[in-house]
Amino acid sequence: MATLDIDQVSKSFGAVDVLKDVSLDVGDGEFLVLVGPSGCGKSTLLNIIAGLLDLTRGHIRIDGNEVTGKEPKERDIAMVFQSYALYPSMTVGDNIGFSLRMQKRPKADRQRKIDEVAELLQIEHLLDRKPQALSGGQRQRVAMGRALVRDPKIFLFDEPLSNLDAKLRVDMRTEIKKLHARLGTTIVYVTHDQVEAMTMATRIAVMKDGRVQQFGTPDDIYQRPSNTFVATFMGSPAMNLLPGKVTGGKVALDGGASLPVPRTAGHVADGARVHLGLRPEWFVPQGQEAADTLPMSVEVLEPTGPDIYASLRFGDEEVMARLPAGSEVRPGEDRTFGIDQDKAVLFDAETGDAIYGT
Amino acid sequence: MPTDAPVIPAATPRNRPEPAPIFVRRLTGRDRVGRVFVYGVLIVAAALFLVPLVAMIFTSLKTMPEITAPTNTIFTPPIDPTLFAWGEAWSSACIAVSCEGLRPYFVNSLIMAVFAVAISVCIGAVNGYVLSKWRFRFDNVIFGLMLFGCFIPFQIVLIPIARVLGVMNISGTLAGLIFVHVAYGVTFTTLFFRNFYVSVPDEIVKAARIDGAGFWSIFFLIIVPVSGPIAIVAVIWQFTSIWNDFLFGASFGGANSRPLMVELNNLVNTSTGTKSYNVDMAGAMIAALPTMLVYIVAGRYFVRGLMAGAVKG
Repeated sequence: MATLDIDQVSKSFGAVDVLKDVSLDVGDGEFLVLVGPSGCGKSTLLNIIAGLLDLTRGHIRIDGNEVTGKEPKERDIAMVFQSYALYPSMTVGDNIGFSLRMQKRPKADRQRKIDEVAELLQIEHLLDRKPQALSGGQRQRVAMGRALVRDPKIFLFDEPLSNLDAKLRVDMRTEIKKLHARLGTTIVYVTHDQVEAMTMATRIAVMKDGRVQQFGTPDDIYQRPSNTFVATFMGSPAMNLLPGKVTGGKVALDGGASLPVPRTAGHVADGARVHLGLRPEWFVPQGQEAADTLPMSVEVLEPTGPDIYASLRFGDEEVMARLPAGSEVRPGEDRTFGIDQDKAVLFDAETGDAIYGT
Repeated sequence: MPTDAPVIPAATPRNRPEPAPIFVRRLTGRDRVGRVFVYGVLIVAAALFLVPLVAMIFTSLKTMPEITAPTNTIFTPPIDPTLFAWGEAWSSACIAVSCEGLRPYFVNSLIMAVFAVAISVCIGAVNGYVLSKWRFRFDNVIFGLMLFGCFIPFQIVLIPIARVLGVMNISGTLAGLIFVHVAYGVTFTTLFFRNFYVSVPDEIVKAARIDGAGFWSIFFLIIVPVSGPIAIVAVIWQFTSIWNDFLFGASFGGANSRPLMVELNNLVNTSTGTKSYNVDMAGAMIAALPTMLVYIVAGRYFVRGLMAGAVKG
């Protein structure tokens, strides 16, 4: 268990800046997820935390101790890789016990730890197999076992679930979360999957182009995105952004309707070009009570079971709404939809930054 | 493992391929012509390659009168096969003034090949590991230069090598020959191992570093155990080229350290007395046997190793 302090870390490969001034503070026992599109620098940051890559500027501290420039083995961390990275010539048991062997622990001691971890992950029956004789899910467990056996201060996960099929991914997700709840160890987890980020994290750092776009709790990130990138990257379907202009306390949308400036935005000067951000589930088919409404035409309906994804048209904009199953909507009809303007977020059209009143 | 552990079924490769189903299909006329053509070409080619071998074996098993008899050709099978010529070639044929046969030179070649192969393969493995798994300044330049070494013709470096061996005070010795072959072979073994290790995922090395393994632990415990196929390729390649080398042997071998290939030439090219074709052929066969043996024992791994890395395994 430990705290992790990432202090103004920058990394350049030659002339390319991969990380720019990244600072993150991770408390003891937190589950930090680094999320972002490929090439955003999240894996680089993880490798720097692990000590596999040197940083160009900045500091990494674990439990307040400077570890910048130290070898991975001196940092008391464990890492799980996307490709599992099991040692092909060793049995599962030897794979799990490898770090203990490197620490020159006595054999009996090693065996006891291996058995303990194998039981925890329910892979006791695989201990004598070679990695090539395992399925993807089993390899994943072994890779986790190898990390667990060391009892490290921090676990690092590098997209550990990306190579699994959809069903297994969801199962392992739950399992990792349970494991975290049980062990309480600090975790840094890298993924490009925003669902993984939302479901697992205690805190999320959304990254893009080597910068942290927003660092906060999943709820924060979802309800109060700091800019249009975070708003559209997190959440599926993505948040709708409707262009408009602020006039007299109202947002005059280019699509032809006017809505009050959302409460979250506070006071906004007249004439500002803005985007109004509306999450798909903030729409309701009219008929119920709603103070604010938008007239739209229904184009396509995609029922998923619990929900209906409705593709709507508002002026030139396509709007995605998530309606409860059984909503009385038909493709082709024009109707008004109520919206929850209390939650709506306003973004500066030029910078893309969210506008929040104090 | 404690002996009272529950019995775990032996690991079986999950994806061992089922034997491919054989579809029996009536051959059409065109197929049959094709078949005949394919087999015909293969048989002719095989026969062409076998002709010299057959002639050599036949001749080596004959006596001189039988060879020189006007009614016989080199393809006439021996009437009364004898190993006399093999014995002569091995232990009593005269080369210049010494009449000990090829045996001492066979031993020279064996010592030279074993040491030179072992050393060059080991160095190549370490080089390949360093060049594929560790980044350092100018690593690609160094690899490029080593690769360049593969293309340097023997003849160009003869005089510089002679000078170097002289300075090192090992000219005319087996150690000198081993040194030359190692220096030359390392370029090839490095290339082999480096290209093989490129296909070993880097994440495995990263994982091992995090697990606390250092440079040599990673090499010996993780990299070496997966190197079987490429090690066999390197060994066959090195053994064949070192065993068959003539130029370095002739240039740098001393009176007592000349390798077999040089002495075989001296034996066959002797200009005094009658030419003993049977002894010459037996000598040539003796010289060729070790490489043949290596191919027969390890040959099936050779192609497999050469292909490794081409397809993700």
